[in-house]
Amino acid sequence: METDCRDDQPARYLDRVDPRARVLLAVFLALILAAAGRFSTLGVGVVAALLCVVLSGNPWPVVLRRVAVLNAVLLLVAALLPLTTEGTAVVHLGSWPYTREGLLTAVAVILKGNGIVLAFLGLVGTLPTATLGHVLSHFHVPAKLVHLTVFTVRYLDVFHREYARLRAAMRVRGFRPGVNRHTYRSFGYLAGMLLVRSLDRSERIVAAMKCRGFRGRFYLLDHFAFSPARDVPFGIAATLAVLALVWLEWA
Amino acid sequence: MTEPLLELRDVSFSYGPDRPVLRECSLKICESERLGLVGANGSGKTTLLHLAVGLLRPASGEVVAFGKPRCREADFHEVRRRAGLLFQDTDDQLFCPTVAEDVAFGPLNLGRSRHEARQIVAETLDRVGLPGFERRITYRLSGGERRLVALASVLAMQPDVLLLDEPTAGLDEAATVRLIGVLRSLKQAMLVVSHDRAFREQVTERSLFLREGGVEGV
Repeated sequence: METDCRDDQPARYLDRVDPRARVLLAVFLALILAAAGRFSTLGVGVVAALLCVVLSGNPWPVVLRRVAVLNAVLLLVAALLPLTTEGTAVVHLGSWPYTREGLLTAVAVILKGNGIVLAFLGLVGTLPTATLGHVLSHFHVPAKLVHLTVFTVRYLDVFHREYARLRAAMRVRGFRPGVNRHTYRSFGYLAGMLLVRSLDRSERIVAAMKCRGFRGRFYLLDHFAFSPARDVPFGIAATLAVLALVWLEWA
Repeated sequence: MTEPLLELRDVSFSYGPDRPVLRECSLKICESERLGLVGANGSGKTTLLHLAVGLLRPASGEVVAFGKPRCREADFHEVRRRAGLLFQDTDDQLFCPTVAEDVAFGPLNLGRSRHEARQIVAETLDRVGLPGFERRITYRLSGGERRLVALASVLAMQPDVLLLDEPTAGLDEAATVRLIGVLRSLKQAMLVVSHDRAFREQVTERSLFLREGGVEGV
């Protein structure tokens, strides 16, 4: 998820759409993809998600990198599924049957996973953190969860920088990870140090927020406004896409 | 003589039995006074500032702010608005994505409308010499700009006294000069923690020394 919004880049199409509509569409797409069993639904769903990524203007290298991480895990699952699913064997690996049903399930899982991640990358991933928090509270998500999400996103980067600094400090003193006790202990220290530091930082952040009158409620400077010219076309297209998927699956 | 804005009376504080920091320490700051505060590392300068706005509570002694003794969390809500604390690390203070949201955070918490908040943001940014910075991303600013935005986020609360914790930490010469210019143009009383003697001489009238848990005049 992106931790920021963009400086002065020209607004992309999706940036002008009401963020609430984007989050809703992402949730509907994810629900349908998760529940769907037919390949026609899954295929069209993935294409719709891809379209969202295109409209969002996400740079392709970033998208591919994120999808690659997901697929590394999914492929592992997919490789094992045909071994554990009952059905007609396609080939035998030793005495283990590799089943057709398992293979189909594996393909479905891969399509579902990619579709959902692409939908969120395109529709939600490019929302500025504060906006996302505001959308969530509009949908009456509990405040604690909203704060947790917003702060995780904001400070992930700070956390990562701290990790990079500590790693660099280890490296300049000649640390090379290996398979030995020294490595495990050092990484243990690193993890512990990160935890302690982030706890400290969180306390300082809360203190700074209290100093500016924070009492557990966020107020947003920018308010969403429904604008027919930009939201109606998007709303119609999104509703049609969702209905088409439902029809494909359940008609 | 006018009543002090902020006063610590015989305040003691420790971070555990083997780490006493302040011992019956007293300090006050009056209207339009500008004090520097110096002391060795770990002598309790930051602790003192945090005690003054109720982020920490003294083990003994009293914090009197704006004419009233302050003990409970609720007492300090007003103190924190009227005494603006600038943190040492701007990463702690600036947590919103954009400059405008960060500067508006305080005013919105105080119940200003979005329209008023926007106005305050524009005025405050103007005052610290960063007009038009509203849409900028806080963590992509330079160190000097970040410090000024953090100062703006404090000024947006319209405080009567500023508590500045190492405001020149990590700033280059040009940024320091810029900060001095901004601070000298402000009308608020100030308590400035800084090791930088030249900076203190430019911004404050006199300095206090924090030594062995107590405050001494220099």
